[in-house]
Amino acid sequence: MNSDFVMLNLPPLVVGVLTAVCCALPGNFLVLRRQALVGDAVSHVVLPGIVLAFVITGSVAAGPMLLGAGLAAVGSLVLIEIIRRVGRIEPGAAMGVVFTAMFAGGILLLEQTNTGHVHLDVEHALYGSLESIVWFDGEGWHSLFDSAALAQLPPQVPRLALTLLAVCVFIAVFWKELFIGTFDPGFAATVGARPGLVGLALAVVVAVVAVMAFDAVGAIIVVAMFICPAGAARLMTDRLFPQLLWSVAFAVISAVVGYCLAAFAPSWFGFSHALSAAGMIATVAGVVFAAACLFGPRRRRAGQVA
Amino acid sequence: MADGWWPFRAQVRETVMDALFDQKLMAALFFSAGYNTTLVTIGAALLGASAGAVGAFMMLRKRSLVSDAISHATLPGLALAFIVMALATGDGRFMPGLMLGAALSAWLGLLALEWVTRRTRLTEDVAIGAVLSVFFGLGVTLLTVIQVMDTGRRAGIGGFLLGSTAGMLRSEAELIAVAAALCGVAVYVLRRPFTLVSFDPAYAATQGISVRMTDLALLALALIVTVIGLKVAGLVLIVALTILPPVIARFWTNRPGRLPLIAAAVGAFSAYAGAVISSLGPGLPTGALIVLVSFAVFVVSLVFSPLRGLLAGQMEMLALRARVHERQGLLAMARDEPVYDRMTLRVLRRAGFIRADGVPTPAGHAAAKAAQREETLWSLYRRLFPDEAAAGGYHGLTPINDALPSDIVRDLEARVAVH
Repeated sequence: MNSDFVMLNLPPLVVGVLTAVCCALPGNFLVLRRQALVGDAVSHVVLPGIVLAFVITGSVAAGPMLLGAGLAAVGSLVLIEIIRRVGRIEPGAAMGVVFTAMFAGGILLLEQTNTGHVHLDVEHALYGSLESIVWFDGEGWHSLFDSAALAQLPPQVPRLALTLLAVCVFIAVFWKELFIGTFDPGFAATVGARPGLVGLALAVVVAVVAVMAFDAVGAIIVVAMFICPAGAARLMTDRLFPQLLWSVAFAVISAVVGYCLAAFAPSWFGFSHALSAAGMIATVAGVVFAAACLFGPRRRRAGQVA
Repeated sequence: MADGWWPFRAQVRETVMDALFDQKLMAALFFSAGYNTTLVTIGAALLGASAGAVGAFMMLRKRSLVSDAISHATLPGLALAFIVMALATGDGRFMPGLMLGAALSAWLGLLALEWVTRRTRLTEDVAIGAVLSVFFGLGVTLLTVIQVMDTGRRAGIGGFLLGSTAGMLRSEAELIAVAAALCGVAVYVLRRPFTLVSFDPAYAATQGISVRMTDLALLALALIVTVIGLKVAGLVLIVALTILPPVIARFWTNRPGRLPLIAAAVGAFSAYAGAVISSLGPGLPTGALIVLVSFAVFVVSLVFSPLRGLLAGQMEMLALRARVHERQGLLAMARDEPVYDRMTLRVLRRAGFIRADGVPTPAGHAAAKAAQREETLWSLYRRLFPDEAAAGGYHGLTPINDALPSDIVRDLEARVAVH
């Protein structure tokens, strides 16, 4: 049982938690800046990125795929901005134009090129395959201290750990700029905090996180984790740093509870199959979000009555 | 790199060439490719028209992305309806039942969305994102339940994710066409309250229009369009049918009365063309093609729109630059100063104000005098009424007789004469 757990369940659990925290941290700023749907748009355009990378390189190696996805994500942000400015269109509509068109292009490309022998499909892109992350050398808890076994960790684990580190460093280094740029862009501009530049950097961080997380867990959980933990945390406190901590806590809870429910709950009812872990994690995040909406101490606007 | 790229490109060319010289395309375009294909293309066109018109009001209300939440929120309902029907009858693919389930769960999603925005301090974008991701996640979880229950019959639900008109039943196509037409009629009937609420909710309320009920009616129509469109365009892309046509229409008109009409026409055209192209062969998903057709229309509009297109903007800028050069050149001529700037010289020469050697023509002398009068009056106006001048945004190049009432111009002239 124990050895099974370390081999089969620990890696997806760790990847789920890392992804959730990676997304939740920048999600706080998206929520406060009313850009929550940027995460949604970016995670949709990842698909055309990886398909294009596949068409050009002909391989499903992680490197080109991540590069393609990253370029597509950043490209979509630039395109949204251009369309918004040139066409003078509401940002929501501009976003809708770009991500649906790119997603449609990705699907067409996929249908035209995929001959069935390559594992690359739309459902995988949307739901991910958290369950398929396995640590073959993890034969028990002792493997955690065995450097040979650790070297064989699924590549998603170190990749996401590095991403998380990068996100933390970004937030720590640009804390002041992010803070004032989020709450008062006008003031930020007058004191030279470059709100436009910092906003762009935030968007790029979101894109990178979406791409890294997407590789492991699929688009849907990425969107849920950008928005739900941060939204719930916003209803718990009025201060930014505690809000970040709350969001991390909510993200971890959603990932752990969601994964365990998906992996183990069906067997309580006598089913042998597990449910979709990504879907379950998003669902649990929604339950947490709903609970915060109902009971969060800071859930109301100033002056808003029940 | 070449290995991966070239075969694909050849394939595209082949597809395009095939399409151009193919009887099937001509047949599908002109409704003679069999009753079912014809019905599907007509249904798609009606759907596109209704979605475009509904979307136009969603855009005016600045709620375009609410449709995204609606479409994703249909998934748990679809999956639950499938499970219930599979348990009851052994086959879960009955389309009206699936649509009912989809509509119910999308309605729940909308209620959740409204509740979060009204009862908490979170903004609408957060509520949209939360609803769409959580409902979709729940739906995905339920899909894995279906997988466990019954592995063979999942195809019935896969079609809803990306949309497919291939193998659509005649009754399904008829249902879509009729529902889309009814939706279009409803939008037409409700166009006035929709417009009023979009532009001025407070005024609409004083006219006895309930803003909340109007919003709900609009959302309900968006929901119906989304649900009936699921099978055609697919869950992820249906939102494009309500976003792209209105955005395109916005490039061609500034009038709220025409916006929904143009959006409906664009929507009908893209859906029709997308359905036709997709009926030509395998590997051409309907939803993606509809979206790509309308994106192509969007790009054309972005470049060529006379109101806010890139080309129009460029030409306007060039024209303004020429007028500034002309005005400055004429002012210099009026002061008997030499002109050196080459562009100014070119502009003046082309207008016939100077000869090739730079000597002013009689017309040039008259124009210079007129320009100086304009400049004097404008600068006086700017000094006397700085606020009005700033608010009007006059850059002094508009003939003052056109921009200001004649009594003000006379007054300005009288003041100039005194000095």
